[in-house]
Amino acid sequence: MTPQTASRNITAAPEFRLLIIAVLVFGLMSVLSPDRFLSSQNLTSMAFQFPEFAILALAMTITMLTGGIDLSVVGVANLSAVVAALILTQFADPAMPAGQSAIWLAMAMAAALAIGAVAGLANGCLVAFFGLPPILATLGSGLVFTGFAIAMTGGSAVMGFPPTVAVIGNAQVLGIPVPLILFVALAIVLHLLLTRTAFGLRVTMFGANPLAALYAAIDINRMLLKVYVIAGVFSSIAGLIIMSRANSAKADYGSSYLLLAVLIAVLGGVNPYGGYGRVIGVVLAVLSMQFLSSGLNMLGVSNFARELIWGALLILVMVINTHAVSALRSSLKPSK
Amino acid sequence: MSSDHDTAFIDLRAITKRYAGVTALDSVDFTVQPGEAVCLAGENGSGKSTLIKIISGVEPGTEGSVRIAGEERPVLNPRISAAAGVMVIFQDFSLFPNLSVAENIAFATQLTQQERFYKAGAAREIARTALERIGVEIDLDARVEALPVAQKQLVAICRALASRAQLIIMDEPTTALTEKEVRRLQGIIRKLKDEGVAVIFVSHKLAEVLEVSEKVVVLRNGKKVAEGPASEFDTQSLTYHMTGRDVAEVPPSDVRAGAETLMEVRGLSKAGSFSDISFELKAGEILGITGLLGSGRTSVAKALFGLVVPDEGAITVEGHPVPTGDPQAASRARIGYVPEDRLTEGLFLSQSILRNVAIGRLDAHTKSGVLNMGGLVSEAADWLKRLKVKAPDVNAPVQSLSGGNQQRVALARWLSRAPRVLVLNGPSVGVDVGSKADIHDIIRDLASQGIGIIVISDDLPELLATCHRILVMREGRIIDALDGRAVSEDELARRLAS
Repeated sequence: MTPQTASRNITAAPEFRLLIIAVLVFGLMSVLSPDRFLSSQNLTSMAFQFPEFAILALAMTITMLTGGIDLSVVGVANLSAVVAALILTQFADPAMPAGQSAIWLAMAMAAALAIGAVAGLANGCLVAFFGLPPILATLGSGLVFTGFAIAMTGGSAVMGFPPTVAVIGNAQVLGIPVPLILFVALAIVLHLLLTRTAFGLRVTMFGANPLAALYAAIDINRMLLKVYVIAGVFSSIAGLIIMSRANSAKADYGSSYLLLAVLIAVLGGVNPYGGYGRVIGVVLAVLSMQFLSSGLNMLGVSNFARELIWGALLILVMVINTHAVSALRSSLKPSK
Repeated sequence: MSSDHDTAFIDLRAITKRYAGVTALDSVDFTVQPGEAVCLAGENGSGKSTLIKIISGVEPGTEGSVRIAGEERPVLNPRISAAAGVMVIFQDFSLFPNLSVAENIAFATQLTQQERFYKAGAAREIARTALERIGVEIDLDARVEALPVAQKQLVAICRALASRAQLIIMDEPTTALTEKEVRRLQGIIRKLKDEGVAVIFVSHKLAEVLEVSEKVVVLRNGKKVAEGPASEFDTQSLTYHMTGRDVAEVPPSDVRAGAETLMEVRGLSKAGSFSDISFELKAGEILGITGLLGSGRTSVAKALFGLVVPDEGAITVEGHPVPTGDPQAASRARIGYVPEDRLTEGLFLSQSILRNVAIGRLDAHTKSGVLNMGGLVSEAADWLKRLKVKAPDVNAPVQSLSGGNQQRVALARWLSRAPRVLVLNGPSVGVDVGSKADIHDIIRDLASQGIGIIVISDDLPELLATCHRILVMREGRIIDALDGRAVSEDELARRLAS
């Protein structure tokens, strides 16, 4: 590959467009509200805010790569958080010495991750063995997970944690917020998983053509189970961050995150029909959304208007991508 | 010449069609007179589909003029074209399987008449008239999905007639027909011509329709390379014009004496699709399985690779039983399967050429969970080179390749897994004649290396050019086993269609 074609490839990638969008939004917000948007306080606060939904977007990404979707991510996150919170409130006294409560925190986290894995496994079974369309399977299971969380809590928030819990969501290591570290780590893990393992390649290929995957003797069921388990575990990590930041857990936290996770994945260039998507694109989409969201906030736009803007953005991006895809297709297939 | 143009129903002049830099049609003149039957011949990619698309209004030409029924048509779309009497019958007939014969025939007519309500009585009347015109009887209330292929085709013809067709374009009309059915179709075509309805046959198997046609037009690489009365053409001269060269093929050399039995199939049965399929395959042997569309050949092929679950029967490879109905087990037993439909079953179209090959060897290149990308890519690239895949960029999507090269990519995927048995379903479907001969070379070469090969095909010259033995299937059973190098094409055709 000559340097020239390499640079053309980079500029032609959808991720390049996203980089420009992210920079533009950042620039625009900096100009519109320079004192507040660019303040170190705002930058830090953004770094605390986005990881929780960004991780949900990563979970969404891997399911979308297979041509599926996981509408239960928020349900899984809340169920995991509720279980962790119940363990903490049951066994860890807020007055407990830090060392002791840390053990309970570890137990609670392990339980949350296990819940995420089991929930993901359930989703995977519905999709792989029962052959349900992922959008319906996870819509239903999401309600079930939320229902469990409500049943366990009576619908009210679970609170009263030992202070160590704050480590997940509110602490900084070398000035870097812990949630941000978690997000970066998970993004790297997912990136490596997708690009450096047989599993990752199979996920993308299956998304590109499930029938051809069957004919290529790929163990589709096993692959799908793994995909949804990963999505479930990622969701439960997001749930733990939410729990720590809110210092409580509740069955209906983060209800706007589902739309946001779908939006970010699609904005990030993940093909909702499967077969294409890169983690770097999703990361750039996360940044664009966070810049936009914080900026609008500072300009005094209400939260309700924000959802309207997100929804409109999702539709717009889909329209643009669909047209870009069909234009690409027609240029590739001259005649038959 | 000018009078030709004046009377013509279809009159295309200097039609050129370019897609993103590719010239699909290059200044082609094409006329069809009322009541004339024209054979439009050409390999895949020769431009015949593009020509049909222009006539039927699916796509506009880049340059040139289109006249239908004497009228200049600067703007054309499928509705205008259909209103002018141009009807296309695609290979799959585009019928509604869940509706009745009468509904299928009358549907389009009732739509064009802007009827708001469906009138069952009127529909039956329309359908009856159309059937009478071609002199056949089909139960008006039968559901179309329950009809045999030949009758579905008749329903499609009647639908075209009911919509006042002046020209019926038939895509590959004889592929699924028995000899008897082909003769009946010929009779119907003659009747249509007597009524002044013109017909265009689009096909690469033209021998069967040549005798009812007046004119032959051959396209190659978007140019008209031959045109003349049908009586001046035969299969051989058509092939010559289509390919621009004489393609002579040598049958495979003998199977090595004392070659061990690789695969054994015993009593494979599946209700409603095939029954009691038994055969043996030796190392280095090429076994053909043929039959008309619907004879069960494809289901058997899929069953060999675990894609169709048989009710009964056993498959062994090198003496080891292979669990049926499990593609991964078949793959582990080193059976490879190249499906008939490359576009939906065989390839990951949007993915790169390299990946399409590499997907078969992921596990072999994985060490403690990490994929050795370098090794994987270089092996895949090596196979692409060995099969002489012509690709400017192996990282380009596989859909950018021609049919012949796509087929090589599908083959490369399985060859990289060192199969013992390779099942090739329609190895040269949709591949141009030149690449076809190359693919046959590859098949013979693989067999000489000791791979057992099963070729599933209804392309008789292909079977004769590649197979040691040919099994003929009808209604789900093997009815004949022939020596591929002793039997003639006519004899094979007779056994197939009798």
